[in-house]
Amino acid sequence: MSTPDAAAPAAAPAAAAPGTPAADDVPALVFDDVGVVLGGRLVWSEGTFTVPQGSVTAVIGSNGSGKTTMLKVILGLVPVCSGTVTVLGHAPGAGNADIGYVPQDYTALSADAIRARDAVLLGLVGHRWALSRVTAAEKAQVERALASVGATELADRRLSQLSGGQRQRVAIAQAIVSEPRLVILDEPLASLDLRNQREIVELLGRINDEYGVTILVVAHDLNPLLAELDGAIYLLDGHAHHAPLSGVVDEDLLSHLYGTRIQVVRTPQGEMFMRSV
Amino acid sequence: MLGTALGSTLGSTALGAGLRATDLVVYQPNWWEILTSPFMRNALLGGTIVALAAGLVGYFVVVRNSAFAAHALAHIGLPGATGAVLIGVPVSLGLGVFAVGGALVIGAMGKKAADREIATGTVLAFATGLGLYFASLATKSSSTMTNVLFGNLLAISDDQLVGFAVVLVVLAAAVGLIYRPLLFSSVDAQVAEARGVPVRALSILFMALLGLVVTMAVQVVGTLLLFALVVTPAATAIQLTPRPRRAMLVSTGIGLVSVWVGLALSAMLNLPPSFVIVTIACVVWFGVWMGARSTHRAVPVVVGTDEHAGAHHGHLV
Repeated sequence: MSTPDAAAPAAAPAAAAPGTPAADDVPALVFDDVGVVLGGRLVWSEGTFTVPQGSVTAVIGSNGSGKTTMLKVILGLVPVCSGTVTVLGHAPGAGNADIGYVPQDYTALSADAIRARDAVLLGLVGHRWALSRVTAAEKAQVERALASVGATELADRRLSQLSGGQRQRVAIAQAIVSEPRLVILDEPLASLDLRNQREIVELLGRINDEYGVTILVVAHDLNPLLAELDGAIYLLDGHAHHAPLSGVVDEDLLSHLYGTRIQVVRTPQGEMFMRSV
Repeated sequence: MLGTALGSTLGSTALGAGLRATDLVVYQPNWWEILTSPFMRNALLGGTIVALAAGLVGYFVVVRNSAFAAHALAHIGLPGATGAVLIGVPVSLGLGVFAVGGALVIGAMGKKAADREIATGTVLAFATGLGLYFASLATKSSSTMTNVLFGNLLAISDDQLVGFAVVLVVLAAAVGLIYRPLLFSSVDAQVAEARGVPVRALSILFMALLGLVVTMAVQVVGTLLLFALVVTPAATAIQLTPRPRRAMLVSTGIGLVSVWVGLALSAMLNLPPSFVIVTIACVVWFGVWMGARSTHRAVPVVVGTDEHAGAHHGHLV
């Protein structure tokens, strides 16, 4: 913690580490006319878009529009009823070792029994059967992930002793510890105060910049994310669309999406935010 | 009911030291002789095996918030035991079939904890009623009923010991095999599922293992007291250490000490072993709980003092 400069080079090999043959030039996501039915209800359909690797993409839509369902489709936990989905060149669920996932209610889990470090370690070896040893390299990987999110000093605390923002960091460390190429976060900013929101967004930006990790983040408020976003998947009128940021930050589209009049404000300093009017 | 239970448990101890109703605690000068007698050997071995088994699953019961399910499984075993007497098959068999069967049903019911709690409680009540009904049909099963409700460590037979040992080996092998995925899915089912861990299958398998432990533990401390041997030591251990494997060891240790010291004290003071074992486990828990509370008061949970430090230093930049 006291030597952040030392931590950075130690973490650097992570960027080159995914030496998997799955080519780096495939898009992160390719949706082709995808539709999903859950419990007899058509959640959304006609999803045709491509999300390039290395991008930061928001998933937006009103409550109940199927944002979490979108994540579950990508993780292969919910089957599609039509069309095809390709995730990092694989069918959904086939390449999940390359995906880090931070679920929405991470802060609600039973967290008295383990330390932050154990939680992160599970992200690396938790899927392994039998009592295999954790190697020194794997332990170092866990420490790197904890350092990357600024949680080194929290590592020995129980998760239940951490605040919401601290737990969110640990959750992100757990998601990135296996050096994934895609990180999916479900409402990571919900129930965080403004300072924690900003710090989590900065953290996501750093992970994206340094490791080239593709980031997909469900959010109901785009404002805190605007500085980092490249584009957004938006769920509108039962259809899934994707647009680059310039296309998303459109007053008419946003107003339609949220069902209330949205104004996009651009300051002379080049900053941009949106507000309900 | 309680009087009958104590009388029966004490009667079956064959300690034969003139107990008068007015004597709550009677010191037995020949307690070492009692402790080293052949029937005590089975009690010590049986109790040790059950404490080891409880240590293997207890930690997960607490982490998975399945304490109520463990309690319910013990009750679901009751009609199995009294029903077994009714149709003339071994009591352990009836217990096992009902406890493991009930465990599979609870495990298959899935994730919705709120729904599960009501369903589990309802099944628990029905099973206990059914156990009472079976007991009322067969006159000779009333002592079985008492033994199932309160346990009878001193009546553990050689056959039962063999069964216990086999179950312990199966349990140790199974927990060794599924340790990490089970821990992952217990702590964070959603992330585990996303990483390809078969969360649902593990849940059903774990409940079946728990059913086996319950079947054994009921014979030692009984349906009504089982919680204190399966859940309480694990809960105590988790308060003492947040490291999973260490917690499992500490939990097993508390269980073993409870059984050993419990048996020794019960021989010394002519008390029902179940009572002493459970009392020790509960006293240890209470002591640790009080200790943890005072520690927490002295050092309030630190929130937000250093949480921002790392972000500002920026390890990636």
